[in-house]
Amino acid sequence: MQVPAQVEYEKATSLEHAIGLLRRYGPAARILAGGHSLIPMMKLRLVQPDVLIDINGLTDLSYIKLAGAELRIGALTRHAQLLESALAGEHFAILHDAERVIADPIVRNWGTVGGSLCQADPSEDLSAAFAAMKGTMIIEGPDGRRQVSARSFHTGPYETVVGPAEVLTEIRLPIRPGGGSCYLKVARRAGDWPVGAAGAAVWLAGDVIADAGIGLTAVGARHFAAAEAEEFLRGRPATTETLARAGALAAAHCEPVADQRGPADYKRHLAGELTTRVLRQAVARAGGR
Amino acid sequence: MPPDSAYGPLGRKEDARLIRGRGTFVDDITLPGMLHGAVLRSPWAHARVLSVDVTAALAHPKVEAVITGADLVERGLAWMPTLAGDVQPVLATDKVRFQGQEVAFVVAEDRYAARDALELIAVEYEPLPPVVDARTALDPAAPVVRDDLPGRSGNRIFDWTAGDAAAADAAFAAADVTVGCDLIYPRSHPAPLETCGIVADMDATSGRLTLFCTSQAPHAHRTLYATITGVPEHKLRVVSPDLGGGFGNKVPVYPGYLCAITGSVITGRPVKWVEDRSENLMSTTFARDYHMHGEIASTRDGRILAVRARVLADHGAFNAAAAPTKYPAGFFHIFTGSYDLQAAFCEVTGVYTNKAPGGVAYSCSFRITEAVYLVERLVDMLARELGTDPAQLRMRNLLRPEQFPYTCPTGWEYDSGDYPRALALAMDLAGYDELRREQAELRARGEYMGIGIAFFTEGVGAGPREHMDILGLGMADGAELRVHPTGKAVLGISVQTQGQGHETTFAQIVAHELGLSPDDVEVVHGDTDRTPFGLGTYGSRSTPVSGAAAVMAARKVRERARLVAAAKLEVAADDLEWAVGKWRVRGDPEQALGIAEIAMAAHSSLALPDGVEGHLDASAVYNPPNLTFPFGAYICVSDVDPGTGEVRIRRFIAVDDCGVRINPMIVEGQVHRGLADGIGMALMQAVTFDEAGNCLAGSFMDYLLPTAMECPSFELGATVTPSPHHPIGAKGVGESATVGSPAAVVNSVVDALAPFGVVHADMPLTPASVWRTIQGRPIRPDLAVG
Amino acid sequence: MKLTLTVNGTKCAREVEPRLLLVHFLRDDLGLTGTHWGCDTSNCGACVVWLDETPVKSCTVLAVMAEGRRVRTVEGLASGSRLDPVQEGFAACHGLQCGFCTPGMMLTARWLLDRVPEPTEAQVREAISGQVCRCTGYENIVRSVLWAARRGGGSAT
Repeated sequence: MQVPAQVEYEKATSLEHAIGLLRRYGPAARILAGGHSLIPMMKLRLVQPDVLIDINGLTDLSYIKLAGAELRIGALTRHAQLLESALAGEHFAILHDAERVIADPIVRNWGTVGGSLCQADPSEDLSAAFAAMKGTMIIEGPDGRRQVSARSFHTGPYETVVGPAEVLTEIRLPIRPGGGSCYLKVARRAGDWPVGAAGAAVWLAGDVIADAGIGLTAVGARHFAAAEAEEFLRGRPATTETLARAGALAAAHCEPVADQRGPADYKRHLAGELTTRVLRQAVARAGGR
Repeated sequence: MPPDSAYGPLGRKEDARLIRGRGTFVDDITLPGMLHGAVLRSPWAHARVLSVDVTAALAHPKVEAVITGADLVERGLAWMPTLAGDVQPVLATDKVRFQGQEVAFVVAEDRYAARDALELIAVEYEPLPPVVDARTALDPAAPVVRDDLPGRSGNRIFDWTAGDAAAADAAFAAADVTVGCDLIYPRSHPAPLETCGIVADMDATSGRLTLFCTSQAPHAHRTLYATITGVPEHKLRVVSPDLGGGFGNKVPVYPGYLCAITGSVITGRPVKWVEDRSENLMSTTFARDYHMHGEIASTRDGRILAVRARVLADHGAFNAAAAPTKYPAGFFHIFTGSYDLQAAFCEVTGVYTNKAPGGVAYSCSFRITEAVYLVERLVDMLARELGTDPAQLRMRNLLRPEQFPYTCPTGWEYDSGDYPRALALAMDLAGYDELRREQAELRARGEYMGIGIAFFTEGVGAGPREHMDILGLGMADGAELRVHPTGKAVLGISVQTQGQGHETTFAQIVAHELGLSPDDVEVVHGDTDRTPFGLGTYGSRSTPVSGAAAVMAARKVRERARLVAAAKLEVAADDLEWAVGKWRVRGDPEQALGIAEIAMAAHSSLALPDGVEGHLDASAVYNPPNLTFPFGAYICVSDVDPGTGEVRIRRFIAVDDCGVRINPMIVEGQVHRGLADGIGMALMQAVTFDEAGNCLAGSFMDYLLPTAMECPSFELGATVTPSPHHPIGAKGVGESATVGSPAAVVNSVVDALAPFGVVHADMPLTPASVWRTIQGRPIRPDLAVG
Repeated sequence: MKLTLTVNGTKCAREVEPRLLLVHFLRDDLGLTGTHWGCDTSNCGACVVWLDETPVKSCTVLAVMAEGRRVRTVEGLASGSRLDPVQEGFAACHGLQCGFCTPGMMLTARWLLDRVPEPTEAQVREAISGQVCRCTGYENIVRSVLWAARRGGGSAT
């Protein structure tokens, strides 16, 4: 098996300590949470940090709780915990749909929500799910705490707005009445990265879609979202035609890249097909027909 | 089975250590003073090697030695023979010819330091244009891969034909209906869960070289190492400990093994080298990569007359396809299948490309996987053309029991079979008619279910030695049986288990012949110091060849026992009959002796007649008179989502006939695996390359193996048609399901897509591939997606 | 740096490099070779061990991340000579052939049965979906786990 290069190691005893260590070591340091994004890259020597700052002891950052009209998820929450959380599933079926198809049950035991988001793989599933739910990321650093919308969190493949001395600490999801959500993923095999995946959250007012959030991953959608399709749906009834049209818009506005998982035309097709399907299911779950 | 038979679903002896985590695999072995090796590999598919600078690596405090191609040239070890009679570099000297080819070898104190030291070796390459697409390999302007071979001006390795071209042409000309198709059996890789590795220990004082190695053929390897290294064969010991799967991947001798041996010679210490998964996938023997054009001819009412095939075989940069010497395309010419044909003809052209060497691996039974896939796809396509049900078409054309032994148009003599019975049983288990009704209902609702059938005949258990050898070593196998005075037996066999349960089944074979309990028979294998010579385990040889040798040795023991028993009972040998596990006096059954008593008598002071020696031990080398021909009928049921291209395997029914079944539990386990192989190859597994020759399947992230989610619960059935020439009527079975299953899966998916006008689709049928096929714009599976 | 942890109930302390993977620590430093490895990319699951109460892929965990924690390997499944019902199930149902994936499969099975004493076949398949077997087609592995579930008796230790 391939093995990492030499690296130094520090164990953070508090969030402040972690931030202090990041400041001290600079960009040559990397946060080590579950390690299931970072350590594989280190083994292949695609990434060679000088120092690892282990934050697994910061158990205060692992939680799923309600705070007012928000579901708040600590960044150190393991994927498995999110999948098992009745609270999360009750409010956002999309979270359970997505977690069930992220990696595999063993990897989910240790990989963290924050770790996956910060890895920022263009095919990462939670990025699309949080985009659909219009979440907010909480980032802490030497200058204090700041909020960034999930849709502004990623700046490019493997790049986020989290600065070298900052730590993602929490994701907040607004809970609004009349909501339903769903996530669907197509992969070549169980546990594989998606060829294409879509997540939708809709909020109904009677038969009309008051608001919609559509997240897409692995198809080059800007900020993991299908903004044009969302715009189209707002104020429209949830009919077969409108949902199909939304799917077409989502497909038209992404920029899939051909790779071993599939050619670009297929991925574009998937973007549309899956968008329509998740919308249909989200509407049904929201209580519509 | 008679009630006192030792055959049956006996629990395995191997399990006791393996369930406790007490197996001994190569990487579990630590010898005093042991060092660790790592291989530096070429990033280029085709390049000149201008310089190799190891200065920085040698300066690493934990590095003991660094070996380059130039060092090996001095030792006469830079090139080694392949199992196909070609040569292959151990470490590159002037050129590299596939991505992943071995360039240098580091020996260090631990595996982490060895890995670090690889980065300290500076190699200067001059990239050359590669040959990646086998279809362009024979173009006049194609780069020449093997400019090292004298007088070679192109990439052609061989042309080979079988059958009767004129008869086939005549049959095709006379046929009412002909169907032709281009099919690819994509490059695949066996990927056993344990990668290949070795611990090499050269003892300079005694001159003994001991190798603990992942080898499916320890004796053949020993002979090969003796000729390559110059260490005399009687001072060479190869030990295959527990192996974590083989599937043909552990048949060849790999450059890494020779590097480790050289490392041990140079340092005077044991050297361990165990490859990474990426090394395994990129450089060890691949499987398949057959580009085929097949044709089938029949009468209007569905009587199949003939088949023809033209094959382009991509062998990679060195010909290491380990098939018997006379058969460069292996046993592909069994593509006549299970049908009563008038004629057949095939031609196979092998070519070099800038890819890793190999070709014969992954349970292919020497290319029978390719042959069966071709003929079973053709039969399904013919059924579609004729508008006939594919089960009916097969039933109409299957060989009948009274036709056996049957010589097919390309010369194979199938030993025995009752094909219609197996197909009928499979259809019954599947509820075939009900499935077709359900399919019709679903189609009316716009849902797409497919039913795919594959019927296969394969030939396994190579020998005979007159026709089959690997590098001049005849394919026979031995067994040595010793019976201790207290009646316990030790059987030494030349085949090497990688999970097939030899320690159990071979004990059952001997126990059955000698009236012993399998607990009283210890099976020794894998250590060349303790076992007789043989060609090893692959091509489902173990039961047909080594199993037969064990039977012959046991029967010799039994005959010796008869003579000793006669002496003990003071009767003539002819007065004794073998019954219920004893030699007993005919007409006086109380006068009987079992093997344990006879063994003690043989070693006692009992007076023995002239010519009767005071022991029961015996050995045998079995030269099989023919292959054995297991067969089966498989039915796969799948559901396809045309909106996404996803395929779900709903059911997989498999009826196998491998003759007499020594341990049905183990037989079924072999079948389960092969069915999973079929799902994997049909839906997700392929080793692909881009135009620069970069291997795109260098990890399990991209070389996808099926999980428990993709496999349904398999439904097995069996028929038993003994082999007339095998001493206990058994045939091989280890590869049967890998041979028969891919066609069943592909046939089911194509069947599901019939309403879209799909007639064929190449493996792997990924969601993208299925969707593009439905659109009428299929993707070529072997080169990178465009 | 110094690492202290409990493995199969026994406390141990060693000097390790931070980059040392847990699987190599267990196999090479502690000589517990029952845990295997089979890939480079955290896909195959041959390396599964328990870290505290959950199975993890030990090839993707640094040994130092196990500081102060409890690790359970296949060698810790049996209690003395008393096999865990999962081990008995694998032997009874021919759930192993080459045995290379088996330690990881059994540890995941033990974890599943501790939480879901009567799993469905689908739940068993999902639980082991991150682990590869090349020999059994998973059929008898599933049967082995269901056998162990019916046998009951809980964890041996």
